[in-house]
This record gives sequence, structure tokens and C-alpha cells, in this order.
Amino acid sequence: MKQLYTWGAVAAIVLASTIGDVLLSRAMKQVGDVGELWRTHGLLAVVGRTLHNVNFVLGILAMTVAFYSLLIGLSWGDVSLVAPASASLTFVATAVAAKIFLHERVDPHRWMAALLVAGGVALLAA
Amino acid sequence: MTFRKYLVLAAVTVFGATGDSLLSRGMKDAGNISLHQLPDLILTILNPWVLAGILFLLGFFAAYMIALSWADLTYVLPATSLGYVLLALIAKFLLHEQVTATRWLGIILISVGVGFVTRGPALTHHPPVRQPEDYDAEPVSTRAEL
Repeated sequence: MKQLYTWGAVAAIVLASTIGDVLLSRAMKQVGDVGELWRTHGLLAVVGRTLHNVNFVLGILAMTVAFYSLLIGLSWGDVSLVAPASASLTFVATAVAAKIFLHERVDPHRWMAALLVAGGVALLAA
Repeated sequence: MTFRKYLVLAAVTVFGATGDSLLSRGMKDAGNISLHQLPDLILTILNPWVLAGILFLLGFFAAYMIALSWADLTYVLPATSLGYVLLALIAKFLLHEQVTATRWLGIILISVGVGFVTRGPALTHHPPVRQPEDYDAEPVSTRAEL
């Protein structure tokens, strides 16, 4: 039963941090190239535009949910299982979500990269 | 990809790994914190290691947001995963943790994955047009709004 809870927490972490990453990525694409914006409008404009972006605020909210899910998950399961399992699954989930929701062109190179990194992170904890 | 943009990706990697290591070092001083003593968690900020760790993680977040402003999510995430490798090296040489053979294998897999993604283009164009050589030449204004 405890194991089921632990994996439930892992699922919550993966879901929340994937949603967070997608929202933050979408927000920063809307803000535009920060380097260029900084040169033309100054740092304050960059910060203001970012903080006023709805997707940015929602993304931070999702990341907060992910963080608390991690804390709760750690109280049920081992850190050497929960942290790498969620990090590694998030890499794969993000690749799928970025393709569907951000319309990124995830070519075979990127799929391979996501899978290799996910496998590598899983091994780091073994 | 310009040299400056690679610097930002390097900053994401280094700040993230350094921040986590500093937090880990600081929390060892704080000892085990139980859920009954949550107020103690606020006092741990006074620990110089923890404070430095938080500053580095703020730097990490800023660099991560800058990178996402000009590169795809499926590029930035794998490209900055070298941080896990850096974290393992810091753990071994500075925090004196054990790094097993399986962990080294994990490090190799991550490195190969990073090699895979950084050889490709950093940003998807809408509609996709193949011009792998000059991603930096294109002004931001021609990118499709999401």
C-alpha cells in the first residue's frame, strides 16, 4: 500500500513538473529573446514582462505543486527511488508534452537524447 | 547558437549543480528535520552554505528562463543534464560520497544523450524549414507566436 502511495507521488511530481516546464517554456517564448530585449528595453522591462505573463505565473504554481509532491513522496518512499524515478520519467514526459503542446520538432536525435538521459539518471540512483 | 548562448547553458548546468551541492552540505549541518519542527526550517536559511545554495539556485532559474526564451524545451533539458554529471563529481571529490560503477555508467549515458541533442538545431521554426546552419541569423520577430 505504501508502495502504491510512493508511485502515486512520483506520478504527481512527473505530471506537475512537466506541466510547469511546458508553461514556463511557452511563457519565455512569448516574452521573446531575453538577450535582445535586455539590450533594447533594459533589464526591468524583461523582469516586468516575465512576471506579468500568465503562463509564467501558472508555471511557477505547477512547479510549487511538484515541489510539495516531492516532499510528500519523500516522506513515504526512499529518496534514492523517488528523486531519480521522477527526474528520469519527467525527461520522457516532457519530450512528449513539448511535441504535443509546444509543437516542437522532436526528431529521432532528441528522442534518443531524452531516453539516454532518462536511463542515465535512473542508473545514477541504482 | 552563439558562444554567448553556450555560456548561458553552461550557467544553467554549473549554477544548478553547485546550488544543490551547497544545499546538501548546509542541510547536513542542520541535521534531520522532522515535520514537527518546521519553524526550524526557516532558521536554516541563516546557515551560510544554505544561503549560498539558494543564491546559486536563483541564478540557475534566471539562466534557465533566459535559455528557454531562445531554445526549445526538448533542447534545453537534455543539454543541461550534464549538471547530473557535475553533481556526481562534486559528490565524489568534495563531499566524499561513494560513486559506484553503475553511477559511472549512468554518467556516460547522460553524456552521450547530451551529445545527441546538442548536434541538432536549438529551436523549432513554425512552419519548420530546414536551415541548420543559420539559426542565429534570424530575428526574433519572424518567429511564430505561440
